[in-house]
Amino acid sequence: MKYDLRFWVVWEAAPDLLRGAQVTLLIAVATMVGGLVLAFPLAIARRRDHGLLRSGAAAWVEAARNTPCLFQIYAFYFGLGAFGIFLDAWAATSLALLFNNAGYTAEILRGGLAAVSPNQMKAARSLGLTERHAYLAVIVPQVLRIVYYPLTNQFIWSLLNSSLGAIVGLTDLSGVAMVYQSSTFRTFEFFLVIGAIYFLMAKGVLGLARVSAWRLFRY
Amino acid sequence: MTVLMTLAACAIGTLLGVLAGLAKVALGPTLRAPLDAATDALRSVPLLVQLTLLYAGLGILGLPLNPFTAGAIGLSLYAAAYIGEIVRGGILAVPITLRKAARGLGLTRRQEYVHVVLPVGLISALPAWIGVLVGVVKDSAIAAVIGYIELLRTAQIIITRTQEPVIVLLAAGVFYFVICYPVSQLGARLEARFKL
Repeated sequence: MKYDLRFWVVWEAAPDLLRGAQVTLLIAVATMVGGLVLAFPLAIARRRDHGLLRSGAAAWVEAARNTPCLFQIYAFYFGLGAFGIFLDAWAATSLALLFNNAGYTAEILRGGLAAVSPNQMKAARSLGLTERHAYLAVIVPQVLRIVYYPLTNQFIWSLLNSSLGAIVGLTDLSGVAMVYQSSTFRTFEFFLVIGAIYFLMAKGVLGLARVSAWRLFRY
Repeated sequence: MTVLMTLAACAIGTLLGVLAGLAKVALGPTLRAPLDAATDALRSVPLLVQLTLLYAGLGILGLPLNPFTAGAIGLSLYAAAYIGEIVRGGILAVPITLRKAARGLGLTRRQEYVHVVLPVGLISALPAWIGVLVGVVKDSAIAAVIGYIELLRTAQIIITRTQEPVIVLLAAGVFYFVICYPVSQLGARLEARFKL
């Protein structure tokens, strides 16, 4: 093996890598929260029997789930340029991940909504709650309990997929690593280290989720 | 070219994944630990990082493979991690009553596995497996990062040449959609059939 590993180069780049990790976490959290907010109306719209809302929501969800995440990033970065909207890498990746996340989360929520008995809605309505109030106070808390772990998986998924932004120039963790490896040619060392960082981030999120679940879902 | 790499990755990944899943069910804790650790690592690190690491690592070890082979290997390992978990879940979901009945009828352990557990277990894992295959089709786009010229990268090249991003991206998107949507619908139908 005629190669000497030089990890001190990675150590020197550590502040930039940490800043990149901050960007990654920020994008992941923002797209997850935004995706959840968008996914509730999508899931509810998909459960209807017919109508324009249902077709629109179905189109969004199926487009998000059947096309690659990288393609969606390209669509926002290159595609919108033709319409005169020039997004930078940060905005394009965030919007694309938001679109993608909303689609997948809508499917998760749809399954969760189906798992809550329809009698809950009937009981809430017969007690005089409006449909909106019934959803917020009765259905949504039950759904969140059911879909908690799938949502955690989805968050980890969006955390890992944010690395694709590096291909269009985003300076997240992978982006910083790419920039450094193009100047130092230490691809293996850099990507081994950021692989470990991603692994630790994913495990950290999972651990946080478990602790929060224990606290949130105490009866 | 996307199709070729996807097919290769699906085939090898399924083979490795089924073996891994069986191993996870059958082996003892000490032998299972490295397998579990490997699956964990393959699922907690982005595919982008994995492919780059594989490509660079192979170069360091002195066997530089072309992007197609490296991408196929990377995608196969990634798919095998998910399929291993799916197969393990499917096999463990076989009802214990079925297995006891098989033993009660006089089948040996190996016969029980081959004729009862595997058919029921693997078929119940089918919808999730189809989901993983659809994921592999989409993730083949990421192989562009190690220099493999596949559908999305070709689209990007055409865009820089013709300066018509909307049409080209639309065409590429339709292509991906046409490949993925029927497969995922098939998976959904299969899942519905298994529920009833």
